[in-house]
Amino acid sequence: MSRAITEKVSGAASAGESLIIAGRAFSSRLIIGTGKYRSFDEMRAAHAASGAEMVTVAVRRVPLDRSSESFLDHLDPALQILPNTAGCYTAEDAIRTARLAREALETDLVKLEVIGDQATLFPDNEQTLEAARVLVKEGFAVLPYFNDDLIMAKKLLDAGCAAIMPLAAPIGSGLGVQNPANLRIMREQLPDATIIVDAGVGTASDAAIAMELGADGVLMNTAIAEAVDPAKMGTAMKLAIEAGRLAYLAGRMPKRLYASASSPLQGVVK
Amino acid sequence: MRVYVNGEPREINQPLTLAELVAELDLPPARIAIELNRAVVRRNDWSATTLNDEDRIEIVHFVGGGES
Repeated sequence: MSRAITEKVSGAASAGESLIIAGRAFSSRLIIGTGKYRSFDEMRAAHAASGAEMVTVAVRRVPLDRSSESFLDHLDPALQILPNTAGCYTAEDAIRTARLAREALETDLVKLEVIGDQATLFPDNEQTLEAARVLVKEGFAVLPYFNDDLIMAKKLLDAGCAAIMPLAAPIGSGLGVQNPANLRIMREQLPDATIIVDAGVGTASDAAIAMELGADGVLMNTAIAEAVDPAKMGTAMKLAIEAGRLAYLAGRMPKRLYASASSPLQGVVK
Repeated sequence: MRVYVNGEPREINQPLTLAELVAELDLPPARIAIELNRAVVRRNDWSATTLNDEDRIEIVHFVGGGES
């Protein structure tokens, strides 16, 4: 590859092409979770390897039986913290949780989750939309987790959400993108929306596929935390997201059912 | 009087503010948040907020977690 081309390609994946969420620019398109790691050291190593600049954390009651150190002290202070409403099953609880998170962290960012069912952890879209409307009015930059449904995506954007986060597959399933057509349609129909694929990624190729379909970023937790070597998987995810993004920007060739030779048909030695 | 802190009943014998409750519980005041009867109380208002009988207080912090 010539130097000029190398520079052009690396430039596209770096500074000139940031992910913008609620006015904040991120050079990494990977957002990762902070749960399920075997140790704080392992979490920190995975975070560093992934190159992620934003991590999500959950809000819970403090234990009263012991003086608890802050979990946040185990995170690299340079990371943008994205509080989430994980574990909430009603709009009201999600709204309360978001307000508490804002008070504690002094950030208006919130990853909105309103779960509808324990077995699947599928979102309750109706409650999610209700909570999103309230939180946007209160000045939050809302990033809602929702089913990969175009109409719901439009409603969330109309409500003023800063970005939308359709699932790829059930949370923690590692199944990868189950409905690529839905994500592609969402990208084509909502060219100006910031779309972060959230939940269901299992390995690097899943993240690459999400990005190739036009996602602006991917949020994952279990795929890295439950890998045998989370730091190595963090690196794999970083590369996959960059590769998928570049492939999307490059514009892939059309799929054909039959072969199409790359060499000239004329002049073959006979 | 009795108040409920994170769902647990707690007997209080003298007037107590939220700031005093946080100190009594030996909680690190940074990066926690408090809700009194389902409404957030701003940090600056903790010392001026006195608890009443049957008050319900939620004190939260952050834990590792990604998705539900």
